[in-house]
Amino acid sequence: MLKGLPKALAGLGNRTIEGIWRIGAGARLFFYIWFYLLESFKRPRLIVREIYATGVLSLLIIVVSAFFVGMVLGLQGYNTLQKYGSSEAIGVLVALSLVRELGPVVTALLFAGRAGTAITAEIGLMKATEQLSAMEMMAVSPVARVIAPRFWAGFISMPILAALFSMVGVLGGYFVAVPIIGVDAGAFWSQMQASVDFRDDIVNGIIKSLVFGVVCTLIALFEGYDAPPTAEGVSRATTRTVVNSSLAVLGLDFILTAFMIGA
Amino acid sequence: MHNIMSDNIVEIDNLSFGFKGRLLHKGINMVFPRGKVVAIMGGSGSGKTTLLRLIGGQLKPNIGEVRVDGEVVHKQSIDGLYQLRRKMGMLFQFGALFTDLSVFENVAFPIREHTNLPESMVRDFVMLKLNAVGLRGAQSLMPTELSGGMARRVALARAVALDPQIIMYDEPFAGLDPISMGVVCNLIRSLNDALGATTIVVTHDVHETFSFVDYVYFVSGGVVVAEGTPDELRKSDMPFVHQFVHGEADGPVPFHYPAPDYKKEMLRGHDA
Ligand SMILES: Nc1ncnc2c1ncn2[C@@H]1O[C@H](COP(=O)(O)OP(=O)(O)OP(=O)(O)O)[C@@H](O)[C@H]1O
Ligand SMILES: [Mg+2]
Repeated sequence: MLKGLPKALAGLGNRTIEGIWRIGAGARLFFYIWFYLLESFKRPRLIVREIYATGVLSLLIIVVSAFFVGMVLGLQGYNTLQKYGSSEAIGVLVALSLVRELGPVVTALLFAGRAGTAITAEIGLMKATEQLSAMEMMAVSPVARVIAPRFWAGFISMPILAALFSMVGVLGGYFVAVPIIGVDAGAFWSQMQASVDFRDDIVNGIIKSLVFGVVCTLIALFEGYDAPPTAEGVSRATTRTVVNSSLAVLGLDFILTAFMIGA
Repeated sequence: MHNIMSDNIVEIDNLSFGFKGRLLHKGINMVFPRGKVVAIMGGSGSGKTTLLRLIGGQLKPNIGEVRVDGEVVHKQSIDGLYQLRRKMGMLFQFGALFTDLSVFENVAFPIREHTNLPESMVRDFVMLKLNAVGLRGAQSLMPTELSGGMARRVALARAVALDPQIIMYDEPFAGLDPISMGVVCNLIRSLNDALGATTIVVTHDVHETFSFVDYVYFVSGGVVVAEGTPDELRKSDMPFVHQFVHGEADGPVPFHYPAPDYKKEMLRGHDA
């Protein structure tokens, strides 16, 4: 049993080094993206195209999921609140859960699954078929031409998608609470308006979705850029994008929430 | 130290390079004089593609250096390297066309990236190049709609879109029918002469190549084993050259990737 120990330790050490190396390499990529900031915004057409590919094409899944999440919140919220005789507060509950937590977090998770995987697979394949090498040989930086536009597109799309998620989610909650269950519509909206704070709730939600936008897009880009140039390498990288983005989003959500509530 | 106005636009000096410890090149010396078409020949896996990558600065040599236009490639900053690469055009072994762009946009890509020409001029340039490779009619196709040989010809048009001073072709004849092959030979020669460029062709194809190049290097086992003009080489009785020209598997150029003895390996399976 002891004989296996050095090997296990060496494996652990290797994986730790590898993990730290990847974080460093990801950070370097982030730095390069900023380095090419001006150059990328000189070609807004590229960014617009990527906003279409990542943002617009994610709309459907975001809107549909948001409506269902809102409806579930409405049902569960009503079920609990009515025991305390405060079922009018359902609007507040739905809106706060969405704006503070579910909007940014679920949007980021869906984004990682829908847009993140697409980004990783596309860049991984471009690398595997030497398209990125060819670009380098033409004296065009792949970071400026391929990576940076996708990054800014994700950065811009995520907060918009999250805001949309919250809005549609509130409508889903309204749909269950008011027409179906019969909560008073005036109470639903006025309590919500009175309790949702712009600075504490909405701005904090936007900050979260900005952070998640940066992290999810960067992970997807890095995994694609770093993928071994083979079919297997690209498929593994795609899986890693979903796993790492989800873990990062949930972990960061806890940290950000702790800061926001503490502050 | 070196002469900037040298007659050689590319010089490879005592270059050694290896992936992960296994040395692939062991002290290679080559010069590529301005205006000439030079072929690099050698067996599969002898490191020809890798040599082109070293010239383009995508890999760094372990020992020795590559100089392009008097500048040491691996000592350049990113900007310097990109300046050098703007003098080069490269045809990749597998084409490497951008799959999200049409044939037209692929050829237009380097022009759009490096110049501010009006759309009508971009169009003229692209048509000129596509016409030269016989694919003007395919301009609106996507790369996935092309055959292998067509994709390669589009990649060729893209490699020369900006009229580079150094043109590198990695296996330009692979997958071409005899007619296209002749056309591409002529094209490589006439582009070189019309642009006053220098051409480096990596290839296996002895007979086609000997018909139009000025000079040939044979690479094997990580070193240059023979060099000369096609006429000199045809007359040569050096075993390397003889084996290559006559396509024999047995000879000094190894056909096999280094491996344990075949017979022993086959027998080992049965002992177990
Ligand atoms: N990225 C890489 N990592 C590790 N080894 C590599 C890599 N690229 C190439 N090699 C190895 O280097 C050797 C030479 O490869 P290269 O592609 O330069 O050969 P080549 O002369 O172009 O062959 P071919 O005529 O078949 O194209 C091969 O043995 C290959 O295994
Ligand atoms: Mg090759």
